[in-house]
Amino acid sequence: MSTDTQAAPPAATPQEGPVRVQRKLPRYAPFGLFAGGVAVGAALSALTGFSVISTVVYGVVLGTVAVYAASRAVEGRRKATDRLVTSLVTTAFGIAMVPLVSLVWTVLDNGLARFDGQFFSNSMYRVVGEGGGAYHAVLGTLIITALATAISVPIGLMAAIYLVEYGTGRLKKAITFFVDVMTGIPSIVAGLFAFALFTLLFGNDFRAGVMGAVALSVLMIPVVVRSCEEVLKLVPNELREASYALGVPKWRTVMKVVLPTAVAGLGTGITLAVARVVGETAPLLITVGLITGTNLNPFDGRMATLPVFAYYQLTQPGVNEQAFLDRAWTAALLLIILVMALNVVARLISRFFAPTTGR
Amino acid sequence: MTVTKAPTEPPAQQRTIRRPGDRIFAGAARGSGIFILLVLAGVAAFLISEAIPAFTASSEEIPGGEGLGDYVWPLIAGTLLGAVIALLVATPLAVGIALYVTYYAPRRIATALGYVIDLLAAIPSVVYGFWGLAVLAKQLVPFHEWLDDTLGFIPFFAGPASTTGRTMLTVGLVLAVMILPIISAIAREVFGQAPALHREAALALGATRWEMIRMAVLPYGKSGVIAGAMLGLGRALGETMAVAIILSGGAGATLNVISNSSPSTIASNIALRFPEATGLGVNTLIASGLVLFVITLAVNMLARWVVNRRADFSGAN
Repeated sequence: MSTDTQAAPPAATPQEGPVRVQRKLPRYAPFGLFAGGVAVGAALSALTGFSVISTVVYGVVLGTVAVYAASRAVEGRRKATDRLVTSLVTTAFGIAMVPLVSLVWTVLDNGLARFDGQFFSNSMYRVVGEGGGAYHAVLGTLIITALATAISVPIGLMAAIYLVEYGTGRLKKAITFFVDVMTGIPSIVAGLFAFALFTLLFGNDFRAGVMGAVALSVLMIPVVVRSCEEVLKLVPNELREASYALGVPKWRTVMKVVLPTAVAGLGTGITLAVARVVGETAPLLITVGLITGTNLNPFDGRMATLPVFAYYQLTQPGVNEQAFLDRAWTAALLLIILVMALNVVARLISRFFAPTTGR
Repeated sequence: MTVTKAPTEPPAQQRTIRRPGDRIFAGAARGSGIFILLVLAGVAAFLISEAIPAFTASSEEIPGGEGLGDYVWPLIAGTLLGAVIALLVATPLAVGIALYVTYYAPRRIATALGYVIDLLAAIPSVVYGFWGLAVLAKQLVPFHEWLDDTLGFIPFFAGPASTTGRTMLTVGLVLAVMILPIISAIAREVFGQAPALHREAALALGATRWEMIRMAVLPYGKSGVIAGAMLGLGRALGETMAVAIILSGGAGATLNVISNSSPSTIASNIALRFPEATGLGVNTLIASGLVLFVITLAVNMLARWVVNRRADFSGAN
């Protein structure tokens, strides 16, 4: 939009009056100059022992300088600064892509080695070297996450309903503020809280999956409240008023009108909240711990979970180190797949369950 | 008194007939809201109650034998050092990314690019730890040596340079990647909200795109960027697994970020020591967790206060 408005006018009055004619670089000149800079950068890199990293670094720096210098000479200082900032901003975005691509590539590269049937069907029970799998850890993660969701969603959703439908005055302000603050609680502190709570209730040696679920709930509730609140606010007031006008009590209005209208957004928000906690490691590490066998009872004894499993496989490898590292990377790959899948599901929910708005 | 009150009450009761369903539902909603406040208070209360033995114990009983203050201080220093590096690296990058997505990228793909940046936030921290250890630490070893050789006179880069790359500098850079999406998400939001009239007026007066951003967008979004940076700081302070995996922590507070001797952070120290800790060791770790909780709570409350103040301000506009 803005480029169009800049490009159109100058041709109108050439060399007449005090208005200075603005000279412009041809449209594709910056790209050409940048490519030239990159080429020189590649040559420079080849001189000092070729590597992809130095090519990119030299190339981007030289390309930016070339564009700036040319623009400065032809178009003047203001335009040159504008082009410089454009390069810098684009570079910033490019820099952010480097870790993402590198990380996904590394995890795929290392994780696919053990991404097989055995990984999903075997536990680590009596496995010392090769083989074994994360069957127990996958189940543990699913159970604990499901339990955390079962705790968080009713509380979070009701609190969001309170904030949107009922809340007034200082209590509403306090809840909004402290929910925001709670989103910043470090995950390890949530773990310590669960540990301290269950230690006071059941003694020092108590360990169970439910401790992890409580810790995850502390992290999950504020996320659920925030996203549900945003969605409930979007429900048009006319719907509520129409319902009241028909004599429907408020609670039935919320249950039958407001929540069904918002169901797509609620589903998206809750799925994203699950995605946020499913990869949490620290609180599970200090509450639930890790075992090699399969424990499906979240109310008694330690359980294995995928992130903790990955962590211990990497940091405490046994005799056959490579086997442990392979399992660690595969678990990491599985975690990423799980989180990405939840994110995709969240987007699909909002697309397919969106309310049909009759315009 | 009773006479004046009596006539006002009955009509009020007649008008609002409260059905039991309504009362229960409203009570449950209100109760959930209050419950959340209780949870937050409970986090503080339970941490304090479990930390008290460490506060009252004599200094010889604390792990390290030098007392709680000497045990926690290097960890606080390490926590702050890593978080500050992350913040210094991430904030300018995040502002650049937010500007790119809101004002530079082609309209059609801008939203998709925003999602891509958000993907960085979706990756679990333990996976960041794996990547930092296996890829970034190794790649950064020459950079460590270069810093030691050329900038060794600055205390931060005093060396000796680590040969594994498992240093506070690497940790800070990984943390920077992790908080990048948080800062850029908030920056994106406030930049996008910059008043269109101001932007168009600047362009109409002949400003270049950068001048328009500098005059109309950045002043408007400044407090949002500050708040986003502080939320990112809160996240970086509390980040656990990435630090625990990457850092080969030494002891003692030091400003040196490129040697193997930099102290661990509070969160990673808890993660590393907690599974094996017993007795007073547990209480000491919980006490250090309490310190972390207080620091992050303060940072977050300040950040939220800044955000809310700005929201009030923009609402008045």
